[in-house]
Amino acid sequence: MRFDTLLIANRGEIAARIIRTAREMGLRTVAVYTSADAGAPHVALADHAVWIGEGPVGDSYLNVERILDAARQSGAGAIHPGYGFLSENAGFARAVAAAGLVFVGPDAAAIEAMGNKAEAKRLMLAAGVPCVSGYQGADQSDAALTREAEQIGYPLMVKAAAGGGGRGMRLVQSSDTLTEALARARAEALGAFGSDELILERAIVEPRHVEFQVFGDAHGALIHLGERDCSVQRRHQKVIEEAPCPVMTPDLRAEMGAAAVAAARAVEYRGAGTVEFLLDASGGFYFLEMNTRLQVEHPVTEMVTGLDLVALQLQVAQGDPLPLTQDDLRIDGHAIEVRLYAEDPAAGFLPAIGPVLRWRPADGAGLRVDAGIAQGQQIAPHYDPMLAKIIAHGPSRAVALARLARAVADTVLLGTATNSAFLADLLALPEFAEGRATTGLLARSYPEGYGADAPEPRDVALMVAVLMQHDRDTALAAAGPIPPELLGWTSAPVLPRSLRVETGGQVFDCTAGAGPGGWRIGVADAQFEIELDQRGDGLRARLGGETHDLLAHVAGDTVYMASGAQRLTLRRQRPGAPDAEALGGGRVTAPMPGLVQSVSVAEGGEVAKGQTLAVLEAMKMQHQITAPVAGRVTRQHVAPGAQLAAGDVMFEIEEEESA
Amino acid sequence: MRFISQLDRDSDSYRRNRADMLALVDRLRALEARPMALSEERRARMEARGQITPRDRLARLLDPGLPFVQLHSLAGYMVDSADPETSVPGASVIIGIGFVSGVRCMVVVDDSGIKAGAMTEMTAAAFLSAQEVALKQRLPFLHLVESAGANLMEYRVELWAHGGKLFRNLARLSAAGIPNIAVLHGPSTAGGAYMPGLADYVVGVRKNGMAALAGAALVHAATGERANDRDLGGSEMHAQTSGLVEYLAEDDAHGIEIARQVVAALDWNKALPARPTPAEIGPPLDPEDLAGLVPVDYRVPYDMRELAARVVDGGIFQDFKPRYGVSTVCLQAAIHGIAVGIIGNNGPIDPDGATKAAQFIQLCGQSDTPLIFLNNTTGYMVGTAYEQAGMIKHGAKMIQAVTSVDVPRITLYVGASFGAGNYGMSGYAYEPDFLFAWPNATTGVMGGEQAAGTMAMVARAGAARKGQELDEARLAKQSAMIAAHFDRQSDAFYTSGRCLDHGVIDPRDTRRVLGFCLHTCREARARRVKPGSYGVARF
Repeated sequence: MRFDTLLIANRGEIAARIIRTAREMGLRTVAVYTSADAGAPHVALADHAVWIGEGPVGDSYLNVERILDAARQSGAGAIHPGYGFLSENAGFARAVAAAGLVFVGPDAAAIEAMGNKAEAKRLMLAAGVPCVSGYQGADQSDAALTREAEQIGYPLMVKAAAGGGGRGMRLVQSSDTLTEALARARAEALGAFGSDELILERAIVEPRHVEFQVFGDAHGALIHLGERDCSVQRRHQKVIEEAPCPVMTPDLRAEMGAAAVAAARAVEYRGAGTVEFLLDASGGFYFLEMNTRLQVEHPVTEMVTGLDLVALQLQVAQGDPLPLTQDDLRIDGHAIEVRLYAEDPAAGFLPAIGPVLRWRPADGAGLRVDAGIAQGQQIAPHYDPMLAKIIAHGPSRAVALARLARAVADTVLLGTATNSAFLADLLALPEFAEGRATTGLLARSYPEGYGADAPEPRDVALMVAVLMQHDRDTALAAAGPIPPELLGWTSAPVLPRSLRVETGGQVFDCTAGAGPGGWRIGVADAQFEIELDQRGDGLRARLGGETHDLLAHVAGDTVYMASGAQRLTLRRQRPGAPDAEALGGGRVTAPMPGLVQSVSVAEGGEVAKGQTLAVLEAMKMQHQITAPVAGRVTRQHVAPGAQLAAGDVMFEIEEEESA
Repeated sequence: MRFISQLDRDSDSYRRNRADMLALVDRLRALEARPMALSEERRARMEARGQITPRDRLARLLDPGLPFVQLHSLAGYMVDSADPETSVPGASVIIGIGFVSGVRCMVVVDDSGIKAGAMTEMTAAAFLSAQEVALKQRLPFLHLVESAGANLMEYRVELWAHGGKLFRNLARLSAAGIPNIAVLHGPSTAGGAYMPGLADYVVGVRKNGMAALAGAALVHAATGERANDRDLGGSEMHAQTSGLVEYLAEDDAHGIEIARQVVAALDWNKALPARPTPAEIGPPLDPEDLAGLVPVDYRVPYDMRELAARVVDGGIFQDFKPRYGVSTVCLQAAIHGIAVGIIGNNGPIDPDGATKAAQFIQLCGQSDTPLIFLNNTTGYMVGTAYEQAGMIKHGAKMIQAVTSVDVPRITLYVGASFGAGNYGMSGYAYEPDFLFAWPNATTGVMGGEQAAGTMAMVARAGAARKGQELDEARLAKQSAMIAAHFDRQSDAFYTSGRCLDHGVIDPRDTRRVLGFCLHTCREARARRVKPGSYGVARF
C-alpha cells in the first residue's frame, strides 16, 4: 500500500528531521500541532499543518483519535510516529492500520512483545539472546519481589515492565531500600505507562550501554547498521551517544550484531529498531531491551554509515526492499552526539521553561544540529525538555570530539537555561575523552551533583557593559541622532554610576563609567575597560588587549550571554524593589510549573532542614520539594492535585531560633 | 575647500604652547576636583544615613554613555576665598545639560557633601543661569534637592533679594510649558521649601527628604510649639497629608529611578521633526592639536583658521571676504552636521573687520544659521586714522547686529577678549545661548599691562602739569599693583568663578561642546511647548 502524503505525529526536532527527508523523497508532509506549538518550526516546515489541541499531551500528541482525524482530514496515507509519544503504542499502530493507513514502524505485535520487558526477556531467552539473570514473573507482590531479589542478589535493578527511557527504573543497593524503590517505581510506571508491572534484574556494575541499529523489510531481510555507545547517562537518560563504540572490535561487532538480528527476527521485525545491550568489562554482553522505533541518537549511525535512516524507514513502509545487504555496511570515521536540554544542571537538572530569545546553531565542517526550535518561540512545560541534538563527525574520534566541543560552545540558545556548560564539562572529562566511559561515569564524576562555576568577575563586567550599552542605545533611540563622537564624552569628569546585579546566585555591586573608547566597569576590586562592537548578530568585545566574540541578549533588566559554553544570566536589581533576601528563607515556592502529587507535612508540623515537604510532578519528573530551613510549618498553601505556576508559594516555615 | 594647515608640530613654539596649555587644563581639572574631593569626604556619613552621594545621584540620573556638558563648574572660585590655592569652586551645586531617559535636560544637583549643601555667594547666580538656559533652550529642569538653605552666618540682604528670582523662574518654567521636577533627598527648609513647592513634580525620599517653612527649632522659637521635623515636613507626611509630594521613594536611588520614569513619561521628543543624519564628511583635523596650536600668552598672534579647522566637520570651511578686514575672520562651515557661521579674531577689530562681521551676522540671520564667536581680540582699533575711518559707528553696527540677530549664538573665549571688542564678539552681557572659556582666556576692560601703562601716563602728565618730580619707584610699584589687579580679575578661572560664562572647557573638547550646544539650540527651536498664563498649581 503506497502513500504520497505522510503525517508526522510528533513535534520538535524529530518532526522537523522527518519532514526534511520526506520532502526530499517527494512526499507531501502534514504536521500536527498544539496551541503551545503554534510558532514551532515543524509547523512551518510541513506542507500542511493540523491543530490537534491546546497544550497538554493527553489531549494532543498522545490522543490517538485526534491524530487519526488529522490524518483523514489532510488526506495522509501514512503516519510516522517519531520517537516518544505514540511511537511504541501497539494500540495506536493497530488503530492506524485499522484506519487503512500505513504505520511507519513494525507490526503492533512486535511492539507489544518488546514493549513488555518481562515478555521480551522470555522471548529473548528462547531465541538464545544473552540476558541478565532476573525475575520477570507474574506475581507482583512485594513478598514475591523481595524473595526474588534475595535470589538475584544486590545491587539490582527495578524496572517498569512496560517502560523505556529510564522512567520507573531504579538501582537498589541493598534490601533496606527495596520496598521504597518498588513503591516509587510502581507509581512512576503507572503514571508514565499505565501499568505498574515490574521486573528485577541483576545490576551489571559499571557496564557500557551499547545498542545496535537493526533494520528489516517486508520481504524478510534483516540487517544491523552497527552499534552506538550510549554509556554516558544521567539517571538512565542518555546524554552523549557515539558510533562506533570506542572498544568495539570486528569480532565483537559481528557477535553482538548477530544477537541483535536474532532478537529482531524473534518478533519478525520490520523497519528501524534498536537492540540495547549492556557490555561488561570482560566483553560479556546482555540483552537489555529493544526499542521498536527510530532512536533519538540515530544521527550518529547516519553520519558513520552515510545512510538516511528515515529514508530507509519510508522505503520499507512503502513496501520496497532494503537497498543494502549486511555486507554493504561501511563504518566511516567517528560520530558523537550530545543532547541540548532546557534544564538547569546546577539546580539539580530542573527542567527550565522560558522564551527562546536567541537561537544560533553551530555551523561548520562535520557538524549537524537537529533542532526543532525557533527564535521567539516559548519552551512550554508540556513537552520533553530536549531542544536539540548536536552531532559532530570526524575521521577519528579525537577530531569528532574536538569538533563537538567547539560546536557545543557555538550552539547558543538564550532566554532559557540549558545544559551547554554541563555538556562541555562532560566532553572534557578525561575518562570520556579517552573512551573509557561507562554508565557509572556521571555519578562518579559528580558525586555531589553538578555545580556551576562561580561567575568570573570578567564575565560579570562584560554583562554589565552589555546592559549599559543597551541602556545607552535605548536612550539614544529616544533622544534622536546624537553624533557618535559625543558618545561616552562629558565636558567635566562625572563619577561612574553604581549598580547592583545578581548572577549565578551571587550579588555584585558594580560601577559603570563611560568613556570615548567604551565602558569602564568595576566588579568587586577589579576594573575592566570594555569596548563593544556589533558584529553580525553578535558582539565583539575588546577587553584588555583581547577580543571575545559574544552572543548576548537584553530583555528588560536581564542580560543573557553566551561565553564559551557557559550560558550566563545577569539581573539588575532595581532600587526600591524588595530584596530577594528580605523575602525570608522560610518561604517555599514552586521551582517550576507542575502538579502537586503529594504533601508530606501539615500546618504546625516541625520540619528539619532538607526534609521533603511535597512532591511536585513537572516535565514528567517527580521533584522533591524540601525545607530550606528547619522550623515549624506556619502555612500550607497547596494540596495534592493542585496545579502550580513557577514561583507560587507552597509553604511558609517559621525558622527555628538557632543558638 | 579643505583648509591646508601650516602648523608645524615639531616647532618649539608648538611644544611650548602645548605644554603651557595642558598645564592650564590640568589646573582646570584640579580646580574641578576640589569640590569632588571635599564632597567625597562625607560619603561615609551619607551612606550611614542610607543616602548616596550627590555625584552618585547625578551618575544614576544620567543615561550611561550619552554626553554631559557641565556648566559653572568653577562658580564661586575665589569668591569664597581670595586664596586661589584654597578656594573651592562649584558653589556647592553641580549643574549641567545631560540626557535622562533619552531627553536632554537641565540637571541641578545640590552638593550636600559640602556644608550640607548650604548656598554660597555664587550658588544663586549659577542656579539662575541654569534656569535661564533651561527656559531659553526649553529643557526640562531637574533638581536633586538637599540643601541647608541660606547660610545665616553669611547673610547679606541682596542675596535674599536676588534669591527670590530662583522661585520666580520655576514659575516661569512651568508657565512656559517646561516641566520642572524636584527630588527631595534631604532638607529643603524656609525659602528652600518653595523649590519643591514650585516644582511640577516632586519625588520625596523616605526618612531623609524634608520640606518645611521652618524646622522644629524655629517653630519652637516662633510659636512655642514643640514639633519634630518629620511631622513638620517629612516626605511621608507630604506624600499622604499635605500633597506636596507626588511620588514617595524608598531611598535616594529609588527617587532617581522615579525621576527618570517621570521624564520618560513626558515623551518630550514627540513633536521633534525627524532630522536628517549629518552627512558623512568626516572629522576635522586632529583636535589634540588645539592644545599646542594656541599660545597661552594672548599677545602672541595665531591664525584662527588653524583653530577652526580642528573644530568643523571635515576641516572644511568657506572663507568669507578673506582679503577684507583681514584680522576679522568669517567662516562658513558645519559642526556635527549643523551649518554654522564662525567669527574669529586674528587681532584687533578694525573698521573693515567690524563691517565685515556685521554683514556676516546679518547674512547668518537671513539664512537662520547659528553663529559661533571665537574671541581673541584686544578690542576695537584705536588711533586717529581709525577714529576718522568711523571705528565708533562701524563698531556700533557690529554690536547692533550681534544684539539683534535671532539665531543661536555660542561664544567661546579662546584668548583675549577686551573692552568693547568683547561686546561686539557676543560677550557675557549680550546673552549668547552658550558662553564657554578656554582656561587661557583673559577678559576685561583691558589688559593689565595696558591699564598700568595708561595710569602711568596719567601720573606722568599730572606730575608734569604740577611741575612735580615723579617718584619713579612709587610709580613702578603702582604699575605693578594695577597690572596685578587687572590680571587677577581677567583670569578665566576668576571670571568663571563670578559666573561670567557657562564654564571653562578643555580646548580639545571644543568641537564636542559646540556640537552639543548646537544640537541643544536646534532642539529648542524645533520644540513645541504649550505655555499657559500661569504655572500649574497644586491644589
